[in-house]
Amino acid sequence: MSFLPFAAAAWLFVVGLWGVVTSNHLVRTVICLGVVQASTYLVLLGVGYRHGAKAPIVADVSPHARLVDPVVQVLVLTDIVIEATVAALLLALVVQAHRRFGSVDPARLRALRH
Amino acid sequence: MSARARTILFVVAGAGLLAVLLVGLGALPPFGHFRGALGHAVMARELGARHATDYVTALNFDLRAFDTIGEEAILFAAVTGVVMLMRHMREEDQSQRRRRAEDHRFQGASEALRVQALLMVVLIVAFGIYLDLHGSLTPGGGFQAGVVLSAGPAVVMLAGRYLTLRRVAPDWVIEAFESGGAAGFVLIGIGGLIFGDAFLQNFLPYGTPDQLLSAGTMPLVSIAVGLEVTGGLLLIFSEFLDQSLLSTTEGQ
Amino acid sequence: MTTLQICALAVVCVSGTAIALTPSPLRQTLLMAIFGFALTALFFAFQAPDVALSELVVAGVAMPMIILAALRRLADQTPKGDPPGVQDKHSGSERQGER
Repeated sequence: MSFLPFAAAAWLFVVGLWGVVTSNHLVRTVICLGVVQASTYLVLLGVGYRHGAKAPIVADVSPHARLVDPVVQVLVLTDIVIEATVAALLLALVVQAHRRFGSVDPARLRALRH
Repeated sequence: MSARARTILFVVAGAGLLAVLLVGLGALPPFGHFRGALGHAVMARELGARHATDYVTALNFDLRAFDTIGEEAILFAAVTGVVMLMRHMREEDQSQRRRRAEDHRFQGASEALRVQALLMVVLIVAFGIYLDLHGSLTPGGGFQAGVVLSAGPAVVMLAGRYLTLRRVAPDWVIEAFESGGAAGFVLIGIGGLIFGDAFLQNFLPYGTPDQLLSAGTMPLVSIAVGLEVTGGLLLIFSEFLDQSLLSTTEGQ
Repeated sequence: MTTLQICALAVVCVSGTAIALTPSPLRQTLLMAIFGFALTALFFAFQAPDVALSELVVAGVAMPMIILAALRRLADQTPKGDPPGVQDKHSGSERQGER
């Protein structure tokens, strides 16, 4: 039972990768990449969790109480916003690719090089 | 390689990847028994001394501020990339259409939508500023507040008042927000060099905990990051949304 | 694990799998919003309110807007050049699959 978060993260990782690999639309690729990113957040937060501990906000909790680890939360927090903008950059590239080559299908774009 | 062969190959490889991941993640300490010492040490000594009550934001903007500057640089670079790509495309199309279009309502922008948008903008901006200033006290901070604040003008855009928005907040204002935020963060870091010992050191007085002006440079950094994230996301929205809204008018 | 964590984790897994299995990007956007809300509940259950707030605003506001704007832009613009010598049977179904 205690392995569930990590198992779910591993499953999300593989399922997201499957979506990326078998996608026939470049926007689908970007969205499934978001699923892969979410699995990494799950692993990081699952690592830092402590049973029966409180959030690391000490405005109303004593600083000496049992708190979850704040360092991993820092990593995830900035990551979520930054990867949204990186996804926007990828979508701008998709729009450009459609404009230049007339297709958003990765298979057809690959065929252009032959 | 055909799509079918690719799918079969991935199913095989994916099963192997899943097995490796499960074995690897199984070697971690069991869920709920994190043994890390860094968090304990940091919480016990450093964060309390800075009179900040939100440890996550304190770590983000003070102890690990160098990390956050790197992440901000990623955001800045990504937004610059989007702007370069989309503006290059926009210049290649006819730019005359833009000046001839009047302030339009796209299909479905009723009066109810506009009134609701006005109410929402007020609430969104107020909440965003609250989140930004209270970053070091309660859950919040620059990144969340930046995204919330960028939703305000986006709501105005969606209610059909796009050209009004462009008159109130033209491109250079949004770009000034973003660059000002990024530069502000770096300047605060240089202030740490000048008035303190190291780049990004917290050099302002710490104040009393739970007050708005406490924890040194953290509120300032939070404001700078909030400005940058707001400007960045607004630039992305406006680059993607403007041409599609305008071409709706032409087709009617 | 608490009950809230297990329920949130279940919804996260189901919606994540649904995102990967859905063919249309438009439907995936709605599923991504549901995925984001489930992740927010899960992050709250993991005692991480800052992270939950961040995930809520990004997956609820920023990402759907960016994706929908990109999809609208793709549907509106006319491509400058056609790919040389490649058969055209897919592009028609792509356009119809968006709406």
